[in-house]
Amino acid sequence: MQLEQMYQEIILDHYRTPHGAGLKDPFDAESMQINPTCGDEITLRVKLDGDTVSEVSHETLGCSISQASASVLTDLVVGRSVAESLRILAAFQEMAQGRGKVEPDEDVLGDGVAFAGVAKYPARVKCALLGWMAFKDAVVRVNDAKEATA
Amino acid sequence: MDLQKVRADFPILSRTVREGKPLVYLDSGATSQHPRQVVEAERAFLEQHNAAVHRGAHQLSEEATDAYESARARIAAFVGALPEQLVFTKNATEGINLVAYAMSNATGFDGAERFVLGPGDEIVVTELEHHANLVPWQELCRRTGATLRWYSITDEGRLDLDSIELSERTKLVAFAHQSNVLGTILPVAELVRRARAVGALVLLDACQSVPHMPVDLTAAGVDFAVFSGHKMLGPTGIGVLYGRTELLEAMPPFLTGGSMIELVRMEGTTYAPPPQRFEAGTPMSSQAIGLAAAVDYLGAIGMDAVYAHEMELAAAAIEGLSAIPGVRIIGPATTEDRGGAVAFVVDGVHAHDVGQVLDDRGVAIRVGHHCAWPLHRRFGVAATARASFAVYNTVDEVAALVEGVKAAREFFKVA
Repeated sequence: MQLEQMYQEIILDHYRTPHGAGLKDPFDAESMQINPTCGDEITLRVKLDGDTVSEVSHETLGCSISQASASVLTDLVVGRSVAESLRILAAFQEMAQGRGKVEPDEDVLGDGVAFAGVAKYPARVKCALLGWMAFKDAVVRVNDAKEATA
Repeated sequence: MDLQKVRADFPILSRTVREGKPLVYLDSGATSQHPRQVVEAERAFLEQHNAAVHRGAHQLSEEATDAYESARARIAAFVGALPEQLVFTKNATEGINLVAYAMSNATGFDGAERFVLGPGDEIVVTELEHHANLVPWQELCRRTGATLRWYSITDEGRLDLDSIELSERTKLVAFAHQSNVLGTILPVAELVRRARAVGALVLLDACQSVPHMPVDLTAAGVDFAVFSGHKMLGPTGIGVLYGRTELLEAMPPFLTGGSMIELVRMEGTTYAPPPQRFEAGTPMSSQAIGLAAAVDYLGAIGMDAVYAHEMELAAAAIEGLSAIPGVRIIGPATTEDRGGAVAFVVDGVHAHDVGQVLDDRGVAIRVGHHCAWPLHRRFGVAATARASFAVYNTVDEVAALVEGVKAAREFFKVA
């Protein structure tokens, strides 16, 4: 059945017990992203320790895919350098936008490979990417703020 | 009405989706499907009569012009209007924008004083509007300094007539005949009475009513109305703006250029009478012919019969969905003053996920905010699932919807 391909058990687990859910203080930057086609929203906060992503927290008003994706993102980027986290983001984005034709690398994406099935449903790709776009935007804001004070 | 015969006219209804599941199409509120008769009318025009309308002196041009104007007359009769009161637009959204831009173009246009807006003037809408009947008015207010006000919506999904009072400064009241989300039919006569009492114009968004119930725009007493072709078994790329004759005659144009002129000199131009004044450029022709075929098709069934059938479907949907634990209908819970759009939320399952499970079973519905974001905010939800019906749907398809929603609850383990 196609449904199980999309909603793999890993995704449903992250949806039911999302990691990083609930906004935390303090934080270095926050980004709110909206999916204008459905009205879903995510607010995501990032805290950096030097060059390392030390904490991600988020509040998601959205479907199982967007919530699970934000949860997986939290697992994948916390403890990584900013450069590494952006490489993971690029790999996730490439898979999500690959129409199911991009073979994901589990060493890079971990639980994120479960979203390969979502890539076959163009209408849901935005859901899977919403949290990642918020993360990218928040990281850019931290760097902008650093440059402004430097 | 012979439902099997009707269904046989819509080839798409017999196709399968998602690995062999019969298509259950419950998204006609977004766009409806086309009967063969519409496609054949367009094809016959394009294959035998195609030419630029209102131009040229050759035979094809005459035939194309006759077909185009005959289409206008048949569509006008379908909604109780005169042919010259109907302007063809790209879609209903363009029709609303046409009125909004005509109003901001009215300053300095001879005879158009009654359309002029300025600071202190008001445009009134409702909280349930489709973005198409909200954003153009927000923009008009921004351009002119006028103020936008709105009627609020009750918890039952009805218009709260006491939520605001119109004033002498209210210049236009714009509202949906039927909500594309809640299904609510708004009290047109009462809103027209209130608008008239303060001298305001009325614009009716009839996109969700004209395809589904008898509508007589002249009897309704509105000044303007819009509806779209593709929601009423017709083609995309065509919408209709209705306007009372004296208003269209006084109104400045929106788009200008060829076809809409009377006399052009380098120093300036005078304009053709309506409806040509509002149809700049070569108009869509096969789409108008297709829409007229759609109107003929609906008219042959009879709009009373169409409405009765769709309300039977809506009643079955409301009853079936309400009986599922954790499912809440957003909108009137009875069929009184209601159309066929049925929006709902499922506790613990986001609308996108409901839609995905239904899609996997071949059932096509709409999920999201349905271009009525403020209305969703009003009900405290980011998104709803919406089933909407047309003349070709069956009670069995409603049952497939209800079973699919139950399956979604089981899949996400909230059952």
